[in-house]
Amino acid sequence: MSDVQVSQPQGNPLKGRLGPRKIVIDPVTRVEGHGKVTIKLNEAGEVEQARFHIVEFRGFERFICGRMYWEVPVIVQRLCGICPVSHHLGAGKAMDVIAGVDQLTPTAEKMRRLMHYGQVLQSNALNFFHLASPDLLLGFEAPVAQRNIIGVIEAFPQVGKWAIFIRKYGQQVIAATGGRRIHPRLCIPGGVNQNLTVENRDALRKDIDQIINWCCEALELHKSFVHSHETLHETFASFPSSYMSLVGADGGMDLYDGTLRAIDADGESIFEGVRPVDYRDYLTEEVRSWSYMKFPHIRSLGREDGWYRVGPLAQLNCCAFIGTPIAEIARKEFMALGHGGLVHATLAYHWARLICMIHCAETIKKLLFDDDLQGTDLVASGQRRSEGVAIIEAPRGTLLHHYAVDHNDQVTSANLIVSTTNNNEAMNRSVTKVAIDYLAGHEITEGLLNHIEVAIRAYDPCLSCATHALGQMPLVVTLEDAEGSVIATRIKE
Amino acid sequence: MSLLDIDERILELVDLVDLDVSPFDDKKAFDRQVDVGFVEGGCSNEYNVKELREFRKHCRILISVGACAINGGVPAMRNTIGLRECLEAVYLNGPSLEGAGMIPNDEDLPLLLDRVYPSHEIVKIDYFLPGCPPSGDAMWEGLKALLTGKAPTLPYLLCKYE
Ligand code: SF4
Repeated sequence: MSDVQVSQPQGNPLKGRLGPRKIVIDPVTRVEGHGKVTIKLNEAGEVEQARFHIVEFRGFERFICGRMYWEVPVIVQRLCGICPVSHHLGAGKAMDVIAGVDQLTPTAEKMRRLMHYGQVLQSNALNFFHLASPDLLLGFEAPVAQRNIIGVIEAFPQVGKWAIFIRKYGQQVIAATGGRRIHPRLCIPGGVNQNLTVENRDALRKDIDQIINWCCEALELHKSFVHSHETLHETFASFPSSYMSLVGADGGMDLYDGTLRAIDADGESIFEGVRPVDYRDYLTEEVRSWSYMKFPHIRSLGREDGWYRVGPLAQLNCCAFIGTPIAEIARKEFMALGHGGLVHATLAYHWARLICMIHCAETIKKLLFDDDLQGTDLVASGQRRSEGVAIIEAPRGTLLHHYAVDHNDQVTSANLIVSTTNNNEAMNRSVTKVAIDYLAGHEITEGLLNHIEVAIRAYDPCLSCATHALGQMPLVVTLEDAEGSVIATRIKE
Repeated sequence: MSLLDIDERILELVDLVDLDVSPFDDKKAFDRQVDVGFVEGGCSNEYNVKELREFRKHCRILISVGACAINGGVPAMRNTIGLRECLEAVYLNGPSLEGAGMIPNDEDLPLLLDRVYPSHEIVKIDYFLPGCPPSGDAMWEGLKALLTGKAPTLPYLLCKYE
């Protein structure tokens, strides 16, 4: 395991100002999975090259071949411990296509939506509270020992409460719809295997208003951070870019289903209404030698200009409105940041993420009062097909699953474009921008290097699945002697 | 990260223990000996091996958590296919690739291992906590057992996975 390293021909590793050097941040922390940053500085201390490498490889696309197609939604979610539900549902939707089902029963569709919105809620909460809030609330250069969720809980006890209970609620929605919190089972080709029991529904109804309120309070707290750091918020790691996300038939935000929309930096349409099955006419991927994560781009715009961003910021920029009232008000206020245009600030991912959380919580509430969830018509059937493509808006953005299946029901090919992969070029550009803005010509400190990671965390990359892989997630616990507790104050709810 | 499923008990946890290196903080390497280490995931590249050895060196007790660490799990499905074929399927023959593609190969990428290895084939592991992932309750039980020196109560329902 390597710490922050600065390799330099002579002198003290962290002190030297000039001379050609290579800075390595390995591993990038407070993200899911394993990634690494390398920055090369030239003689004059200018940034020559900055790269964000994904270093894990799994090969899921190959080893899933030969498995029965209905097994895939259960296997593929093992790509990721954080958004397994997105893969479960993405593969599930692709298998609907294979099963020849274009329209699920209302109960099946709403069960899946409920699960999905629970998932997006918990995953966005994890990113914002557990991983990113230490930077925002304690400062990019706060001491390493405090710059974590425990430090946040000490300084802002209410944030600890939101972190634990909003995430917990999302996990409970997943467990209620899929039997367990991580790696649930709900999807079968053409439908679902259960409805929502009245006990589960009532238990979830009890807390939902509280959850909506907490999401709104978290947004207010975040806004006060933004208002006290306006320039930083607008410029940090930022640049204009294109955006892509699913939108519903009416142009509104829809995280579960819809067609693809891409817009350029001025908000002009690049494409609209693209059905998942046609994705290859619009998107293509490039491989670069230094990362296991591919670089997708919009075909018509080419390698140089065709890159785009996905995720909460794209979900907000691409949709015409949000169909739930509190989130819609929040959306309007958010879009005002763009002064009539799009919002391009990279740190605005967090603000957008909080609005998505409110939208998820409101949608969950709506679904919990919908009797269709207790319906018993769970599976539809249709004419079997040999190929299926499906897209879902995962917490981190557009996620695509594509499978071919032979007449024995065995998978013959698989292709995934996961959310984080869509942001690959953008993350690299953010890393480069921060390196140029903050590192060049400076004495490199740990706090400065954390700026690079702050930029990466805005995208909430999930490096496990982006590598067609599952990252190692080490956790170490140090016990203390007898009654020693190092952290002096903590809240107890 | 699934440890977070212990929910509000996380507050009790931070009362009881001092977290050293974890995915939740920015400490990137051990600088002291610790009592307990949890490892998730098998070893698929040289970095994983190096990291696991670091853990063994610095943790008095090392626990394999979950199917991947214990027996390779889903990622080990590649062992039956072979590494080259997996790389080719993804980087040379992917259906949405532009042009001919290439297999990533760079000094900044760790070497991939021929197979995915479970943790105990690389270093000595003291305890195994099964599940995919083990539930928050199972992890809490395991942790409590270590803290109190009493045998954990892990009924079948807490450990089964499908
Ligand atoms: S949750 Fe399952 S797939 Fe994920 S690391 Fe643990 S054992 Fe492996």
